[in-house]
Amino acid sequence: MAQASSDTAVRTGSATRFIIYTVLIVFCLYYLLPLYVMVVNSLKPLDEIRGGGMLSLPEVWTLAPWGSAWSTAQIGVEATGLKPYFLNSIIMVVPAVAISTLLGALNGYVLTKWRFRGDTIVFGLMLFGCFIPFQMVLIPMARMLGLMGLAGTVPGLIFVHLVYGIGFSTLYFRNYYAQFPTELVRAAMIDGAGFFRIFQRIMLPSSGPIAVVCIIWQFTNIWNDFLFGASFSDFSSQPMTVALNNLVQSSTGVKEYNVHFAGAIMAALPTLLVYVVAGRFFVRGLMAGSVKG
Amino acid sequence: MGFLDIKQATKSYGAVQVLQETDISVEEGEFLVLVGPSGCGKSTLLNMIAGLEDVSSGEIAIRGQRMNEVRPAERNIAMVFQSYALYPNMNVAQNIAFGLEMHGVPKPERDKKVQEVAELLQITQLLKRKPGQLSGGQRQRVAMGRALVRDPDVFLFDEPLSNLDAKLRVDMRTEIKKLHQKLGTTIVYVTHDQIEALTLSTRIAVMFGGYVQQLGTPKEIYDNPANMFVAGFMGSPSMNLFPATLADAGGTAQAEFTLKDGGTGVLPIADPAIVKHAGRKVILGIRPEAITDPDGADRNSKAIHQLEAQVEVTEPAGSDTFVVTEFGGKEITGRFRADVAVQPGTSHTFAVNMEKAVLFDPETEARIR
Repeated sequence: MAQASSDTAVRTGSATRFIIYTVLIVFCLYYLLPLYVMVVNSLKPLDEIRGGGMLSLPEVWTLAPWGSAWSTAQIGVEATGLKPYFLNSIIMVVPAVAISTLLGALNGYVLTKWRFRGDTIVFGLMLFGCFIPFQMVLIPMARMLGLMGLAGTVPGLIFVHLVYGIGFSTLYFRNYYAQFPTELVRAAMIDGAGFFRIFQRIMLPSSGPIAVVCIIWQFTNIWNDFLFGASFSDFSSQPMTVALNNLVQSSTGVKEYNVHFAGAIMAALPTLLVYVVAGRFFVRGLMAGSVKG
Repeated sequence: MGFLDIKQATKSYGAVQVLQETDISVEEGEFLVLVGPSGCGKSTLLNMIAGLEDVSSGEIAIRGQRMNEVRPAERNIAMVFQSYALYPNMNVAQNIAFGLEMHGVPKPERDKKVQEVAELLQITQLLKRKPGQLSGGQRQRVAMGRALVRDPDVFLFDEPLSNLDAKLRVDMRTEIKKLHQKLGTTIVYVTHDQIEALTLSTRIAVMFGGYVQQLGTPKEIYDNPANMFVAGFMGSPSMNLFPATLADAGGTAQAEFTLKDGGTGVLPIADPAIVKHAGRKVILGIRPEAITDPDGADRNSKAIHQLEAQVEVTEPAGSDTFVVTEFGGKEITGRFRADVAVQPGTSHTFAVNMEKAVLFDPETEARIR
């Protein structure tokens, strides 16, 4: 990317460049301000926050708010901290992302390489599914989960996210596989590979970039989801986002802002981590297929 | 019954019939080339043999066994694709071994066969590389290796040379021919390049518009084209085709046509049977190499006829000079020896080998015999 942009960039004088960079840095700082506020205030004792000066660095550095948010803070009626809910989120998000990505890949493979009568209609309907507002399905979904005996459980939440996630993951993989040469599939057929062998040996190993895009997208959406978590979970199966809300709402007289900040950062960390680790593949994957070579 | 039998096979997509009823019987060890312009149905027919496309009606049989319902993997065929279709995530050795692996051949035997094929194609040093690290010619070899290693009943080639540059294409063509002579395998080969068809094949099927226009040996196709399409498609530069009228000249036929200067050109027809068509308008077909300077004419021919005509353009091509004139209002190309002095705009003697002339009906475009 860097080489490409330096080749085509317009050459500018150093004065212009200075102005551009100054403006950009100011914007950067402005955008990073909320994160700064969260971090510094999560590391101060509560009375420093109440004494005003949200922007100042802590006089006494302390990790106590983090400890409290993680294991002792009052969440709803119980003083468990965010820990169990963080685990709930993990055991919800990992299978939901893995299964929806895999099924999306399989759908994309069928929709591009094993085309059948009406495949475009099927794909159209799946796309349509991506854009149905969440609120619309709440009541039917609650009924379905009840019938399946999954109401208020983590598997129930996984199911809901799976249903919503497949539309998007199918879209990603279908468009990626549409660029994938069909002759390879035909060659593998003649070589004697069957439907799943071709998928596993030929398609999947070439799907790295789009899989990264899909995983980041699904992970961010499912991890950050609040509505489904709030609607379909029990106390025992609440995800992190709902627990964070409960942490902030359930005050015992004093609002422990430093603990709230620490909790909010904890809730945001996994998605941040995913972006940092896989971010550069993200752009590459989004661009894949758009330009040849 | 042959080794590979195509019996009354057709292919339709909905109401559109892309392949008309086709009958071809290929003997074991034969090199059949399907040649024709884009959209003539040649690739469709190949894919039907491979099992990648269904047969709409009729039958395809290999070794006398009906193949219509057999899956591609179980037909014991191998195919080389136009894009080579090498698996990008596997190295060369894995690419070649993939088909064997899918057919459950144990690893030591696979390795041995890969090694043999790699030696045959001289790609041993490439076995550990990924397809992305290979040149076009090397990819081509790997694609052939992947087909060879399976030791199939029939090899199918789908325009395998069309992605190579001109020089490499000629080299690979020779190599494929050598390989066929060495291994004696049965090959069905699709191309739109008539030179490839003529050089490689033992038999050619010229296809156009979903029909097999003519099926025959390269020599039959070249010397005795069944219709004007085959005559014009095969050969480079292509056959001269121009209108003429047949007249009876005392027991034998002669073709009469206008020359550039307004005079009438006359060429006697060698075949005495043609006289029965006297009075008909025909299209006369003569290949460029049958129109030469008088000294360059074929000494074995008993029907060389000379005539004076205006030279319009000369195109020196190194070994020969192509001389363009006009018969019957059509541009005619003759092939002169390079050292004959010919000036454009002047008149020159053309020697026409009438043994090689063929006649077509202007309406039906079919051969008149």
